[in-house]
Amino acid sequence: MGVPVVTLRPPGTAEGAPGAGLRLRWAFADTVTLTWRNLVRYVRIPETLFWSSVQPIMFVLLFRYVFGGAIRTGGVSYVNFLIPGIFIQTIAFGAVNTAIGLAEDLQKGIIERFRALPMARSAVLTGRTFADLGRALVVCGIIMGVGYAVGFRAETGAAAVLAGVGLLLLFSYALSWGFAVIGLVAPNSETAQVMAFPLLFPLTFASSAFVPVQTMPHWLHGFADYQPVSVVCDAVRALMIGGPTASAVWQSIAWAFGIVGVLAPLAVRRYRRLAR
Amino acid sequence: MTSAIEAEGLVKRFKGGVVALDGVSFAVEQGSVFGLLGPNGAGKTTVVRILTTVLAADGGRARVLGYDVARQPEMVRGLFGLAGQNAAVDENLTGRENLQMIGRLSHLSRAAARARAAELLEEFGLLDAAERSLKTYSGGMRRRLDVAAALVARASVLFLDEPTTGLDPQSRAELWSVIERLVEGGTTVLLTTQYLEEADRLASRLAVVDRGRVISQGTPAELKAALGRTVLEIELPDSAAAELAARAVAPLSAGAPGVYGSSVELPAEGGPRTAMEALRVLDREGIEPVRLSLREPSLDDVFLALTGHRAEQGATSTGEGARGRGPSVPDAAAGAGAARWASPS
Repeated sequence: MGVPVVTLRPPGTAEGAPGAGLRLRWAFADTVTLTWRNLVRYVRIPETLFWSSVQPIMFVLLFRYVFGGAIRTGGVSYVNFLIPGIFIQTIAFGAVNTAIGLAEDLQKGIIERFRALPMARSAVLTGRTFADLGRALVVCGIIMGVGYAVGFRAETGAAAVLAGVGLLLLFSYALSWGFAVIGLVAPNSETAQVMAFPLLFPLTFASSAFVPVQTMPHWLHGFADYQPVSVVCDAVRALMIGGPTASAVWQSIAWAFGIVGVLAPLAVRRYRRLAR
Repeated sequence: MTSAIEAEGLVKRFKGGVVALDGVSFAVEQGSVFGLLGPNGAGKTTVVRILTTVLAADGGRARVLGYDVARQPEMVRGLFGLAGQNAAVDENLTGRENLQMIGRLSHLSRAAARARAAELLEEFGLLDAAERSLKTYSGGMRRRLDVAAALVARASVLFLDEPTTGLDPQSRAELWSVIERLVEGGTTVLLTTQYLEEADRLASRLAVVDRGRVISQGTPAELKAALGRTVLEIELPDSAAAELAARAVAPLSAGAPGVYGSSVELPAEGGPRTAMEALRVLDREGIEPVRLSLREPSLDDVFLALTGHRAEQGATSTGEGARGRGPSVPDAAAGAGAARWASPS
């Protein structure tokens, strides 16, 4: 048994509180550590990732082979119309993992441990959202593979397709912050999951993800045309299969920053209030 | 001596008006073990959560090594290690990864975190299990890792929140010796426990907590001296013999002997001397006892006298830790006195 060193000063600081530069370095290092920790979970329990990619694959098959024949999409083949929609749906549904993960950590007491460590408090949230970004990247790869298997063909260049994936990841990251709020409010992970559903359902289905908005009743257009999932979906579709991109891409980026701008402070505030 | 930990009038109210702490004050001398003793729900964990900056108090002040936990939480956080039922380890990581992660989050360099993890795994006998996920750990291994996690940063103050709850007697004894070695090295320990024997063995000072208040403070010896008396227990073949024996030994004590079935209990102010005298008297009367023992007053006796209820009362009300174990005094590890109260009634 080593003899513990008796010290009267906080480790890492020679005198007084750490400076801003050191704090920033710590915040970064702590975020890296927690991102790693959260990603390890997905690697250790590959079932989580496996089963969460089964659902989008089912959706691909369902819409490609069951409903797809009845959906008219103008000049575009339905499979090419569908896959960008599946991308955005999978990203949106996947963001629930942020809520579930945070709720679970709170429930199990690991966040209590983190809060008693000299680490940057923000790292609990940034580490979580970055890990979920990594997860989204893997899922995007899976969807791309499945899409190609069922006949999807990108009609633009590689750069545009990559830009599309980039936009998806940006949106995914923004949504993570939104769902972080749910994860911090929910009493447990099960509730976090069901709380997310009534939000996700209208966003993904009353959107341009699966059917052209023009086929919906008129009163729904206002919502379906401008809500973020439709906007990002249109942008990704344009980037992958062609069409006017500029305005949809800028609107998507605006949505992503808007969501982070409003919901990240809410999540941080909620996290701080855990102490009361 | 300087105080490493000071709490002054800590008050905490939870939602719904539940008063968890109702003015808790105590001071812990540097390099000593201070025990917070009380049943589940008494407020022990709430005290620890406030002192470790995880929870804000509604009233009162607390300092760790001179830093105010409410005003300078960032200074305080680097100074202590925490092991407890609330501060979990990560189930999906291996033992080594858990310790390395905590090292990194305590801002050790990568190499230092790795070295420290290896050191602690060896010290806590977890090397063989180091690369296994925590899911495969037994309760005792998990608690050892939990305590190891508290030591990663070599903090000079340790908060151990019910470190042995739910452990089998052997694992408990192992943890006790770990804690004793740490204290020899100069570490200040705040220990919460609902096990009277544990507090008695480890703590140099105790605060007995009940329903959010400190109802008594002192050394274990003081608390026992204030309330308890040594008791001589004489077990006889039958109740008739017990009656005879009680009459025979009665003059040896200022207190009256009690007869419980075939056994006699006599307050033994003289301790072993009373026992010797009792044996002489019994021998003279031709009464042969089946068993004879001196029982030191247990902290449970103290608790009963102070609160009017047993320490174990309410142990199952929150289900925390003690779940499924019934009365929570450890069976084999418990002294004769504690064992008396442990039998479910």
